[in-house]
Amino acid sequence: MSTKHSKAAEKFQENKELAGWHDQTLWMMRAKRDKISREVPEWEQLRDMASAIKMYSNSHLDLLLQEFEKNAQANGAHVYWAKDADEYCSIIYNILHGHNVHRFIKSKSMLAEECGLNEYLIQKGIDVVESDLGERILQLMHKKPSHIVVPAIHIKKEEIGELFVKEMGTEPGNNDQTYLTHAARKNLRHKFIEAEAAMTGANFAVASTGEFVVCTNEGNADMGTSQPKLQIAAFGLEKIVPDREALGVFTRLLARSGTGQPITTYTSHYRKPRKGGELHIIIVDNGRSNILADQEHVKTLNCLRCGACMNTCPVYRRSGGYSYTYFIPGPIGINLGMLKAPLHYYDNVSACSLCYSCQNVCPAKVDLADQIYRWRQKLDGLGVASSSKRLMSGGMKVLMEHPSLFNLALARASWVNSFPRSLVYNGLNDWGKEHEMPQFAKESFNEMWKKGKVK
Amino acid sequence: MKVGLFIPCYINAVYPQVGVASFKLLKSLGVDVDYPLDQTCCGQPMANAGFEEESVELAKRFDRLFEQYDYIVGPSASCVVFVRDHYGQLLAKEPHRCASEGKIYDICEFIHDVVKPTSLQASFPHKVSIQNSCHGVRLMHLSSPSELNIPYYNKLRDLLSLVKDIEVVEPERPDECCGFGGMFAVEEHAVSGQMGRDKVKRHMDTGAEYIVGADGSCLMHQNGIIAREKLPIKTIHIVEVLAAGL
Ligand code: SF4
Repeated sequence: MSTKHSKAAEKFQENKELAGWHDQTLWMMRAKRDKISREVPEWEQLRDMASAIKMYSNSHLDLLLQEFEKNAQANGAHVYWAKDADEYCSIIYNILHGHNVHRFIKSKSMLAEECGLNEYLIQKGIDVVESDLGERILQLMHKKPSHIVVPAIHIKKEEIGELFVKEMGTEPGNNDQTYLTHAARKNLRHKFIEAEAAMTGANFAVASTGEFVVCTNEGNADMGTSQPKLQIAAFGLEKIVPDREALGVFTRLLARSGTGQPITTYTSHYRKPRKGGELHIIIVDNGRSNILADQEHVKTLNCLRCGACMNTCPVYRRSGGYSYTYFIPGPIGINLGMLKAPLHYYDNVSACSLCYSCQNVCPAKVDLADQIYRWRQKLDGLGVASSSKRLMSGGMKVLMEHPSLFNLALARASWVNSFPRSLVYNGLNDWGKEHEMPQFAKESFNEMWKKGKVK
Repeated sequence: MKVGLFIPCYINAVYPQVGVASFKLLKSLGVDVDYPLDQTCCGQPMANAGFEEESVELAKRFDRLFEQYDYIVGPSASCVVFVRDHYGQLLAKEPHRCASEGKIYDICEFIHDVVKPTSLQASFPHKVSIQNSCHGVRLMHLSSPSELNIPYYNKLRDLLSLVKDIEVVEPERPDECCGFGGMFAVEEHAVSGQMGRDKVKRHMDTGAEYIVGADGSCLMHQNGIIAREKLPIKTIHIVEVLAAGL
């Protein structure tokens, strides 16, 4: 009984030191989030409001997105609609191609990951540079993010030191964080200056003003967009919020939930093209509108991509982002993967002990654990349920529906206690890999009751 | 007020003494308690594994078995909350409404909220660390979840504070999952085992002699870890502490 996730998780756990460090580091983010959320007396009301606003926006998308488009155009931006990843990639390529852009700088965007933008553009001969430090490190290592907010969290500074020796000519063996950060900064400066176009994602898009908001800690998004005249931004259509008042609810929740900061270091509002420049905005669907009609899973569209559900997930912390088969890991990734392609990503559904912590940290009240439970009920219908789990469940059903059988099993159970260890812990018994077996009682409660021993 | 005692399958088989303590405790508090015979399982293990359908017949049996009682009370928060939160839907096709969901209580919840004793006879001269179980905390609301910005409360601690000579503490990461999760413990055994070892270690770091909780399944999982690693701490179900000396 194993899944791709459980096998990868087992591997992750082989390096106990790294696995323990991963757990501790992400737990620290959760602890910071707890502390700072308690400094806001109206925290729980904010979560209620965030959820209500998202439910409103997602059920009025047609109106709000058109309002956004109208206002953004009035501000001087070009607005595009992309129905899927292909359209999104080709719209961006066409803009770049049309402006003869070869050097392109972009800040972190999970949407770009989702749509495979970098690969697409690089194949077409465009030099794409990631400007977020974590993403830059991953790009140079040819790796994928393992977390949506701290994408390179799984990489140790020694590995980064080695990488920088090769890529940036730093001193071998010098893994000092400040030293390495300065080297990266110097290296990126050139990229910023050379870039002919810059791109960002968006954390929020405000319908009433046509502006979009980008929240970062390094300011690299701002560096990128400050130099070239051509700016592109793209966001998934659920990023829309009605107005700035609503926006305030989310900016108060986002960084507190994700990293335990009162607000991201930079919260940049982009509204107009720069003088003499151009601003292109792409609104992307890529499967989101299908979720709108799915009552059981519609709340995934509430997600702010804050990462809090990953930080709190006891399974994510102990298995790492790469153990999941979808590019977004953790509780929200399990659900988004299933919405994207259940037959591809069902392996992640078992990576959950149903502890419900995710549901309680989520600033937008996505019912993450309830949804995972519901997905489990659907696996059998999809033809991908685990056969050994089905066998166990079926066996239990027969046993439990027949009290006489159950009582017989109870009466015999304590025999198991005296089985030789080699028989019980034979490598086939996955429970026995981590634990001793429970000792069955000599007499079950049913038996004791019948004999009048319960008084 | 007639109470039907609900004894989940694994308590029946592995921890019958928890059933005995539950019965004695309720009796000592003046509750009219009875045990409808031939109980088996509530169906949670199958449902959590993704086979809700396999639980429907069990839900029907359960609902009939406890028909005549005003309350159903059981010493396992997770099983109780499964009945409370899922039976309504499992029995949706039945001609009559599910009777169990509205009258089922975890034993701690029942004593704390319905019986409301101001004292207990029990004495337990030991240091205990509370196992705040996920379903007990986040679904049954036995204590304030650490994620929420709401005032602290803990019904287990309230009850334990009525026990004489006891010292009650809670571990760091007070309600992080211990890793049981039914078939999760088998399917994801590497992660589950690590969660269990981490949990037991945090309980041990408090200096407690016992891990005490309202969910026997979490205790069973941690017990298996303790036995494998030969760790110097024991587990005990909270009703055994509350019924100590009865
Ligand atoms: S589901 Fe909630 S907690 Fe998880 S990333 Fe999205 S907003 Fe954050």
